[in-house]
Amino acid sequence: MPPIIEVEDLHKHFGDNHAVDGVSFTVEQGSVLGLLGPNGAGKTTTVRMLATLLSPDGGTARVAGHDVVRESNAVRSTIGLTGQYAAVDEKLTGKENLWMVARLLGMTKDGASYRAEELLERFELSDAADRPVSTYSGGMRRRADLAVSLVGRPKVLFLDEPTTGLDPSSRLSLWEITRELVGEGTTVLLTTQYLEEADELADRIVVIDHGAVIAEGTSEELKNDMGGRSLVVEVHDLDQLELATELLTRCEDCAVPTMDRQRHTVSLPVEDDTGIAARAISILAEGEVDIADFHLERPSLDDVFLSLTSSGTLPAGSDTSTATEDR
Amino acid sequence: MSTETTTAAPTTGPIPDLRMKRPGGLAALFYDGAITSWRNLVVLPRTPELLFFTLVQPVMFVVLFNYVFGGAIEGSLPPGVPYAQFLIPGILVQTIVFGSAATSVGLAEDLSKGIVDRFRSLPITRSAVLVGRIVADTVRLTLVALVMLVVGVLVGFRFEGGLLAGVMMVVTAVSFGWAMSWILANIGLRVKDPETAQTAGFVWLFPLSFVSSVFTPVATMPGWLQPIARNNPVTLVANLLRGLAVGHVQAAMVWPVLAWIVGITVVFAPMAVRRYRTV
Ligand SMILES: Nc1ncnc2c1ncn2[C@@H]1O[C@H](COP(=O)(O)OP(=O)(O)OP(=O)(O)O)[C@@H](O)[C@H]1O
Ligand SMILES: [Mg+2]
Repeated sequence: MPPIIEVEDLHKHFGDNHAVDGVSFTVEQGSVLGLLGPNGAGKTTTVRMLATLLSPDGGTARVAGHDVVRESNAVRSTIGLTGQYAAVDEKLTGKENLWMVARLLGMTKDGASYRAEELLERFELSDAADRPVSTYSGGMRRRADLAVSLVGRPKVLFLDEPTTGLDPSSRLSLWEITRELVGEGTTVLLTTQYLEEADELADRIVVIDHGAVIAEGTSEELKNDMGGRSLVVEVHDLDQLELATELLTRCEDCAVPTMDRQRHTVSLPVEDDTGIAARAISILAEGEVDIADFHLERPSLDDVFLSLTSSGTLPAGSDTSTATEDR
Repeated sequence: MSTETTTAAPTTGPIPDLRMKRPGGLAALFYDGAITSWRNLVVLPRTPELLFFTLVQPVMFVVLFNYVFGGAIEGSLPPGVPYAQFLIPGILVQTIVFGSAATSVGLAEDLSKGIVDRFRSLPITRSAVLVGRIVADTVRLTLVALVMLVVGVLVGFRFEGGLLAGVMMVVTAVSFGWAMSWILANIGLRVKDPETAQTAGFVWLFPLSFVSSVFTPVATMPGWLQPIARNNPVTLVANLLRGLAVGHVQAAMVWPVLAWIVGITVVFAPMAVRRYRTV
């Protein structure tokens, strides 16, 4: 079976800002693709082209075998879109929003009411069904938006940063719903800035930056590309942290350590050499560092992401806390 | 599709037909237009500012102008013509012209929110949103016209030309409002921000409706203003409505109004449709 989404050398520019600059990828039917990238990477622009809301300046994209430009109506019949900003009518109630879309898709009045209630139930919005969406909380609005995009039982669902601005429990419930949909056979293209989210949901990940694909693979593959494990040592205070970093920097066979002021940790790449790790610990012990905790860690997707999207590795002893503090 | 409903039924009773069957061709435009019009009309009772402009403002205008200015202006009217007879047709056009500003505000509001993305990601007719807006606004303007005429009768206005002429008054005023809505649709689609759309509409609707025979006879204005006021389409429509009110209508009054309505629509409706496709 051919991939359900095929994107080939897609381009879009706004003036001389090349928002999407030659993006290619494919998505297999029934899988979840995570489109990962920092602010302004071109994620939304890519999704909007696939959802027929923007026409590409170059390249081709096919969704369920239909060209997004020449057969846009056929594409629209197979997709659901939950955009970065909720696409619901604020003045209509939750139920009216669902009913309207069901009617527009060609359901009878009774059918539309039934479908609306079914979805309200599923998204735990039944109690708020008859209130205007303008009175909904951010999380309810997201759920309402997702519910509306599911009215026509789309084969392909686009989720553009579906959990941005949601509290942890709403985020978990949205992940749960996404998994259910995938279980029912829906193909999902998800954009996110949260690596954890991609790690959690996506079968494959495409990392884009400045409108171009810079890495692609499963989250395991991406992590493996980053190399092996690191020794992470946690200490009690900042003085200790600086002392520990200093000692490890002077260690002859050791790689360059990185300190994280926020977590009070220093990490040292050790690959698969546990001998180095043991030696580093004894150096710290001899240097009278008061170790709170230590463990071996596989690189996180955060590490992958940072090393891919910033130009190269972090300078020795640099403060990585700024890069991680906003999550 | 109907066989896929494996999820628990939230309501009891048989599962209704859930198949999706959209009409084809031109019928699709009517189908989508009816639904998007419903969308705009169902919120009317929940939108206090629109209700105010639809129901309260016309009443206030009729009552205020009739009693506050009536005495002063009656003197410059032909003898025996009560001010209400002069005022009501005029104020009807003025209110309808102002009312058409809601079209630009409504469209800009849709464009500034995500809802337009929703419509465009659905397999429906391209201009459904635009059609729904114009149809709903026309229905609302008809409501405005009826309210005004009822209040007008209460303050002394009479359909001297008979009921049919009265109906023609409503049809003429609403048709003119409909044509104006197409101009305002272009503004709304261009500025895409409700506040700006409001300003961008009133900045020319205000002079357009006041430099006319709506409140006072053109002859009472300074000489340099008279040709402008006399040829203002608002004056032409007001004069036709006054003719209908008293039952004296000449072809020379009808043609210019018809020309304006058709002319505005022919120019601005296709422009709005084109513009909506590219926003
Ligand atoms: N309508 C537009 N007009 C002009 N520039 C635009 C437009 N839409 C996007 N851009 C620009 O294109 C680039 C990519 O934007 P895009 O919204 O696709 O990024 P993103 O990856 O979704 O970012 P974020 O994570 O912030 O949502 C940015 O530089 C943005 O300023
Ligand atoms: Mg985005």
